[in-house]
Amino acid sequence: MRPILMKGHERPLTFLKYNRDGDLLFSCAKDHTPTVWFADNGERLGTYRGHNGAVWTCDVSRDSMRLLTGSADQTVKLWNVQTGTQLYTFTFGSPARSVEFAIGDELAVITTDPFMELTSAIHVKRIAKDPTEQIEESMLVIKGPQGRINRAVWGPLNRTIISAGEDAVIRIWDSETGKLLRESDKESGHKKTITSLTKSADGSHFLTGSLDKSAKLWDTRTLTLIKTYGTERPVNAVAMSPLLDHVVLGGGQDASAVTTTDHRAGKFEAKFYDKILQEEIGGVKGHFGPINALAFNPDGKSFSSGGEDGYVRLHHFDPDYFNIKI
Amino acid sequence: MAIDKNEPSKLRWGELEEDDDLDFLLPPKEVVGPDENGIKKVIEYKFNDEGNKVKITTTTRVRKLAKARLSKRALERRNWEKFGDAVREDVGSRLTMVSTEEILLERPRAPGTKQEEMKVAGDSLAQLSKGGAVLMVCRTCGKKGDHWTSKCPYKDLAAPVETFVEKPAASEASVAAPGAGKGAYVPPSMRAGAERTTGSDMRRRNDENSVRVTNLSEDTREPDLHELFRPFGAVTRVYVAMDQKTGTSRGFGFVNFVNREDAQRAINKLNGYGYDNLILRVEWATPRTN
Repeated sequence: MRPILMKGHERPLTFLKYNRDGDLLFSCAKDHTPTVWFADNGERLGTYRGHNGAVWTCDVSRDSMRLLTGSADQTVKLWNVQTGTQLYTFTFGSPARSVEFAIGDELAVITTDPFMELTSAIHVKRIAKDPTEQIEESMLVIKGPQGRINRAVWGPLNRTIISAGEDAVIRIWDSETGKLLRESDKESGHKKTITSLTKSADGSHFLTGSLDKSAKLWDTRTLTLIKTYGTERPVNAVAMSPLLDHVVLGGGQDASAVTTTDHRAGKFEAKFYDKILQEEIGGVKGHFGPINALAFNPDGKSFSSGGEDGYVRLHHFDPDYFNIKI
Repeated sequence: MAIDKNEPSKLRWGELEEDDDLDFLLPPKEVVGPDENGIKKVIEYKFNDEGNKVKITTTTRVRKLAKARLSKRALERRNWEKFGDAVREDVGSRLTMVSTEEILLERPRAPGTKQEEMKVAGDSLAQLSKGGAVLMVCRTCGKKGDHWTSKCPYKDLAAPVETFVEKPAASEASVAAPGAGKGAYVPPSMRAGAERTTGSDMRRRNDENSVRVTNLSEDTREPDLHELFRPFGAVTRVYVAMDQKTGTSRGFGFVNFVNREDAQRAINKLNGYGYDNLILRVEWATPRTN
């Protein structure tokens, strides 16, 4: 396949997100300006100007009208996707690391980093349909985990919130009371910081990637460990194909560079694994730096990766991708 | 019989005999539709300026970028105006480019094949560069330090397919040699147990773009190779193996390009090229590195 290279960001990419229809791709980077691209040919549509710090995360509403972005400038901003205007700004005491709209787009879960005396926290905010009626206060604030919470997502039917972060433990909280319902098992869980988390298309299972060079697949309701995928590199980003049973891991530097594999520039690859057999199917090379973000188009026929090199690479699969057999 | 007469009337009357044959009519345009590689050929017939019938074949590659079956809302979004930094659409900004390289989903290889071979080639080349003492070089398989051409175990092959049986011996030789290079200076990055990171990265990367040229004439030297390969792209290093006793070329050499694409083009163009009374053989320095 011929990837489409999009160099709209001057700094490393942090997050990529497709909208529900799969025609827009939102990219966040450390350069303060989230950008939206057309997902078929990579043409840039626009940029959202306003943040003063690295943008760590974003999420788009189901109707692709609203965009939420979380940034290191301690704010989370709500934007009009079409015009790029800011609708609302939530201010926090520390950088915002992860945002996600709930099903129905009326709530959002936001995580903030530990900063000075503040511990990391998970905030639930109500998002009003009309931005002028938006209130600042959180509906719910959960504190508890030590260390940074890298990702918090909604569980099925918005009843739970799943969080994962630096302490390598995945926690499931009740979204109304804030009570801790479940924690992942320390023995079988990750050993190092969990960097990324992505849900399956139906929400029944989710995948976490960690700096311990592995990714694990968990059941959403019971938090049992289903599968583990191992790599030689710390995992920075994970994605699951909505169409086939594939998971993709993107990662970083070789800590152990003893056996020198081929050293062409562009060797950082997104690795594809069979979800069920846990075996590696292949890798897609091309990035000049560690891969920090991965996203699959909801139609499953293309995916994009964002790297430390500032490039977003958009890949449309060749027909023979769909016929891969182990 | 109605004959189409839009052709230029440059034909001399003597040639108007063609009137009687249907040759005067041009064969119809043929379109050989896109095959599985997307190659489409359009074959047209025309009369050129001299009045000769010429066949023009246009080969195009039809690529479907993406099946855009967009929903109604998505189609609406397609027509949105640009905002933010995209407002000033500099056509020359080229933020979005299609990659020139074809990237494949590379299936995992069994360990111990390609990766190690490349390492060996790299080390052996490094050996050569220090002008190590007696290096046995085999022209058939291009491996150094193992056997002479006449003793090549792969005599019958033009180039060996897999050489990893020999590898353990070769890699030991190459790793030992830098240390035991009879007092030859071994830079810190090359010594045993040294941490070879970026230094070797640079050279490794370069050695990936290494092209072996064989069947060189006796008089060929480095500058000649440099001149010959320079048009294809930046060349970092050229080496021609010399016979110490006679001072003539041993018939082969290596050229390292900066870019792999340049190396590929050089291989395509110069393999089989006649240079100073011999036909050159130009190929990748190791079996096709992927």
